[in-house]
Amino acid sequence: MNIFEALNIDKSFSNHQALNNVSIHVPEGSIYGLLGPNGAGKTTLLRIINRITAPDKGELHFKGRSFLPDDIYRLGYLPEERGLYKKMKVGEQAVYLSRLKGLSKRDAVQKLRYWFEKFEMTHWWDKKIEELSKGMAQKVQFIVTVLHEPELLIFDEPFSGFDPVNASLLKSEVLELRRKGTSIIFSTHDMASVEELCDSITLIDNSKAILEGAVSDLKQQFKANLFEIIYHGDAGIINSRLNGSYTLTQDDQLPDGSRRAMIQITEDKKGNDLISVLVAHLNILSFREVLPSMNEIFIQAVSKNKKA
Amino acid sequence: MNKIFAIISREYITRVRKRAFIIMTILGPLLFGTILIAPYKLASMEDTSDKIIAVMEFDSTGAPVDPDSMLFKGIFPDKKHLSFQYLQGVNDATMQVMLEEASYYAILTIDNSILNKKEARVSLFSVKQPSVDLETYIKQNLEGFIFVKNLERDSISPSQIGAAQTRIDLVSSRLNKDGGFKEQKMVDLKRGIGYAAGFLIYFFIFFFGAMVMRGVIEEKTNRVVEVIITSVRPFQLMMGKIIGIALVGLTQFLAWVLLTVGIYQFAVDTLMDTPQTPQTEQVAGQSPVGSGNEGLAGIFDALSTIEWQFYVYLLGTFLFYFLFGYLLYGAMFGAIGSAVDSETDTQQFMLPVTIPLILSIIVLVQAITNPEGQLVYWFSIIPFTSPVVMMARIPFHPPVADIILSMVLLVITFLAMTWLAGKIYRTGILMYGKKVSYREILKWIRFKN
Repeated sequence: MNIFEALNIDKSFSNHQALNNVSIHVPEGSIYGLLGPNGAGKTTLLRIINRITAPDKGELHFKGRSFLPDDIYRLGYLPEERGLYKKMKVGEQAVYLSRLKGLSKRDAVQKLRYWFEKFEMTHWWDKKIEELSKGMAQKVQFIVTVLHEPELLIFDEPFSGFDPVNASLLKSEVLELRRKGTSIIFSTHDMASVEELCDSITLIDNSKAILEGAVSDLKQQFKANLFEIIYHGDAGIINSRLNGSYTLTQDDQLPDGSRRAMIQITEDKKGNDLISVLVAHLNILSFREVLPSMNEIFIQAVSKNKKA
Repeated sequence: MNKIFAIISREYITRVRKRAFIIMTILGPLLFGTILIAPYKLASMEDTSDKIIAVMEFDSTGAPVDPDSMLFKGIFPDKKHLSFQYLQGVNDATMQVMLEEASYYAILTIDNSILNKKEARVSLFSVKQPSVDLETYIKQNLEGFIFVKNLERDSISPSQIGAAQTRIDLVSSRLNKDGGFKEQKMVDLKRGIGYAAGFLIYFFIFFFGAMVMRGVIEEKTNRVVEVIITSVRPFQLMMGKIIGIALVGLTQFLAWVLLTVGIYQFAVDTLMDTPQTPQTEQVAGQSPVGSGNEGLAGIFDALSTIEWQFYVYLLGTFLFYFLFGYLLYGAMFGAIGSAVDSETDTQQFMLPVTIPLILSIIVLVQAITNPEGQLVYWFSIIPFTSPVVMMARIPFHPPVADIILSMVLLVITFLAMTWLAGKIYRTGILMYGKKVSYREILKWIRFKN
C-alpha cells in the first residue's frame, strides 16, 4: 500500500513551469528518493507535499484517501534551507517547535531528553543556536523534525553540511526510523546515499518525472548485460574463445596475479551461457553481473531526456 | 488554540526577557519626562557668552549725539551676560572696526526723532545673527521707554494706566446634556494630557509595529518560517506574533504607569517633607508647566484633584485606541516584513504606513489648540489617524456618538487590514530573492489558495 501519492501535479510560477504532470507513489514503510539536477522542481514538489504551496493541478492522497489539511501534523519536514531562531536557547526552541506540532510541553521535554542523550548533546540545552556550529544546529533541527513521531518524514537534502561521521550517524537513524515503520521521502543529489538507503526513487528533470520505480527494478531496466569475471589463466585466452554473442570490453591483470575481464553479452544469452563457454578453459574465481549504479542511471536518464 | 497560545507566549517571553526591554522599562519614564520637559528647559537656557552692545544716538539731522546728553541713555538695564555701553556715534567704517576688532557683539543706532512717531525703525548691526531673545529685549525696552515718555508728555502717570487695566480670567462653561452648565476646569492640563496620550500612542504604534516587522523579517531570513508553517497556518503565526507583541507593549505601558506613580509617591513621601495639602484647582490651573520641581509637583497635585472617573474613562479609551491602533498598523507592518528579504528593502513600502502616522501627529498638535475643529474632527474619525488624534479630544468629553463611530470604524478597518495583510503575508514569507513591487503584492492579494 502507498502511504502517499501525488498524481499529475502541475505547478507554474509567473515565468516558468516548475512541475509538469509529475506523479509519485510512496510505498508505506519505505525510503523514497527524489532525485534530479538542481532546479528540476524537487523542492517545489516537497513544498506541495507539505502544503506550503498549492499545486495548480493534480491530487494528493494520504493513506489511500484525499490528503487533508490536518494530516500535515502527521508529517515531519526538514527543509533544505535549515533555519532556527538564532537567539533562542536550544532546549526552549525545540520544545516550542514540538508544541506547534501538537505535542504537550511535558511530552516534548521527555522525548527531547531521549534524543539529546542519544546524540550526546544534553549540554547544549541552554546554549543559543548562534553559539552552535552549523552541523550541530542541523542535528537539533533533525531531532525537532522527527520528535513528534510523524508517519511520513520529508527530508530535503538531509545530509548536506554534515561531516562523514555525523552523516553516517544520521543515515543509521533514518534506517532505524524505517525499521520502526516510518515512511520517508528525501531529496538528494548524493547518489551514494541513494544506493545505501532508498527503496524506490523518482527522477525529476526539467519539471518532469522521467523515471520512477523501485531501485532494484530500475537497475534491471538499465543494466547493460555486462558481466565481470575474475580468473586465473593466460592473457588472451578469453578473447580466443568468444564468438559474436559476446564482446570483451576489458581484460586486465590484477595486483594479486589474477585477471579481470568485462564481457557484454547479447540480449538472447544468459550469464550461464557465458560460463559454459569459458568454464573449460580457465579457472573462474568469481563471476557477477555488473548492475549500473544509481549515478550511472541518473546521468543516462538525464542526458537521454535532454536529447528527447 | 493551544498552538496560537504557544506562539503568543514565545513572542512575549523572548521579548520581555531581553535586556533592552528591561532597561527601556526602567528608563522609559525618565526618558519620556526628559523629552517632555527638555524643550522648556532648553528654551529657557541662557546664552552664556558675555555680550557688549554699543548704543549710539543720532538726532534728526543725522548728527551723532554726545553720550552725556543722550535721550535714550540707560534705558536698557544690564543683565546676566549682556551689557550696554552708550557711545558717541561713528561712521560705518569705524563701526566695522568696532565689530571686528573691538569686542562689541552688536551696535544699536537710534534716531532720536522716533519719540514722536507712530512707527519707527531702529538698526542693529552685528557680525552674527542676534538671537530672538536679544531682539525682543531691545524692542520691549525701547517700546516701554517711548510709551512712558509719551504718557509723560500727555501728563498721564504710569500708575494711572495700571489702575485702569484689568486682568481677565476666562472661565469657559459648556452646556451639559441635562441642561446645566459645567465649568471647564484645568483646560491647559487636559490639553497636556490629550497631547501626551496621543503622542504615546503614536510612539507605541511606531515602536511596536516596527518590532512586528523585524520579527517577521527575522523568521523569514532564518528560514524557520518554513518549518513553522507546516505546523500552523500563516495567519495564526502572524496573529500570534502581533498579539504577543501587543502584550509586550501593554506590559511596558503598565510598568511605566506603575513606576511613574511609584516614583512620584516616593518623591512625595521621602523627599518633600511637607504634608500633602489639597491645593485649590485655581492655583494649579494657572500654570500647569512651571519651572523645575515646583511645576511638576503642581501638575501632580492638579492631577490628584481630578475625579477618578475621569482616569478610568481616559485609561479605557487610551487602551482601546492604543490596542486597535497598534493592531491595525501591526498587521500592515507584518505584511511589509513578509514582502521583503531584509530591513533595508522596507523603505518603498513604509511610505503608506508612515504618512498617516505623521499626519496624525501634525493634526494632534493642532488638536491641542482647538480640539473641536473640523480638521481634528475628521482625523479623529478616520481610522488610520483616529488612535492618535482622538486622544486629544478625549479629555474634553467629545460626543459619545463620535467616539463610538470612530471606534467602530477602527475595528472594521483593523479586521479588513488584517485579512488583507494575511493574504500578503501568506505568499510573502515564502518568497525569496525577488524584488517585490506593489503590482506583485496586488497579485498576492488576488491569489486564491
